[in-house]
Amino acid sequence: MKDGNHPIDEVDRAIVLATQEGLPLTPRPYEAVGEEVGIPAAEVISRMERMLETGIIRRIGAVPNHYALGYHANGMTVWDVPDERVKELGQRMGALDYVSHCYHRPRHLPEWPYNLFAMVHGKDRDLVETRVAEMAEMLGADDRGHLILYSSRILKKTGLRIGG
Amino acid sequence: MNAPRARRGVETVTLDDTDRAIINALQGGFPLCEEPYAEAAKDLGISEDDLISRLKRLLNDGALSRFGPMYHAERLGGGLTLAALKVPEERYEEVTEAVNALPEVAHNYAREHALNMWFVLATETPDGIQEAIERIEEATGLTVYNMPKKEEFFVGLRFEA
Repeated sequence: MKDGNHPIDEVDRAIVLATQEGLPLTPRPYEAVGEEVGIPAAEVISRMERMLETGIIRRIGAVPNHYALGYHANGMTVWDVPDERVKELGQRMGALDYVSHCYHRPRHLPEWPYNLFAMVHGKDRDLVETRVAEMAEMLGADDRGHLILYSSRILKKTGLRIGG
Repeated sequence: MNAPRARRGVETVTLDDTDRAIINALQGGFPLCEEPYAEAAKDLGISEDDLISRLKRLLNDGALSRFGPMYHAERLGGGLTLAALKVPEERYEEVTEAVNALPEVAHNYAREHALNMWFVLATETPDGIQEAIERIEEATGLTVYNMPKKEEFFVGLRFEA
């Protein structure tokens, strides 16, 4: 089950601390984590399996730097859609293969009417704009206005960290 | 445009076919077993040593920003939000410094809009978000537009290398 509350205990927390910057690049990485935490590799594996099942771990693997892969156009698209339609439209947008994140967020009226955010990545802005036009077509009359906010500079990127 | 020009420093990394296969195949599903690199390497048709040394190089060159588990901040009991500022152009560098100085600021991006600075706050507890926002407002004299997510929809993208 991926929803609901699955609190982590101190041992899980120690595993998070030992792995949040990355998994050791050695043949037996979970054994190395276990040595740091003070538990056997098998327990690291079973605890991480549980955290994966409960959604505490989203996934395990490579996190690409999309700029370095040539995805230079990184558009945060924001949409003003009717509140009662946001769930259905969000699910449809999130299912598009070029949308990486899709969230319902609060408006700040009057200057910020947008309540649905979808990150669209492309190798260039023309491609992002083609995709946004497709999204607008999919939304039809539910699209009461949208913008593309391109990122022009990364000012900071340290990732999420919990303290020690 | 209020936002500064794009940074020139982010170069596209050169990859060979094996690097691409690794990046495309391993954006999730890395095995939980005693020797996971050996198992993942077998599926890719390369040796364990080759996989490990390529991952090291891809991390070092910046093609990958991390390799390992991605954690869900709120399910770890922490607070997380997206927030924005409308920064006067002449104060942009100063405000960037003030915002980035907070350890709670995990990502910060310049974006082309009147709301021209967008950052993610990640805190140990949900209450920490409001405190961090107040500190940013005090340090900058600007209003923080807090936009915490109300709902998250399927997060599906896998970047094709």
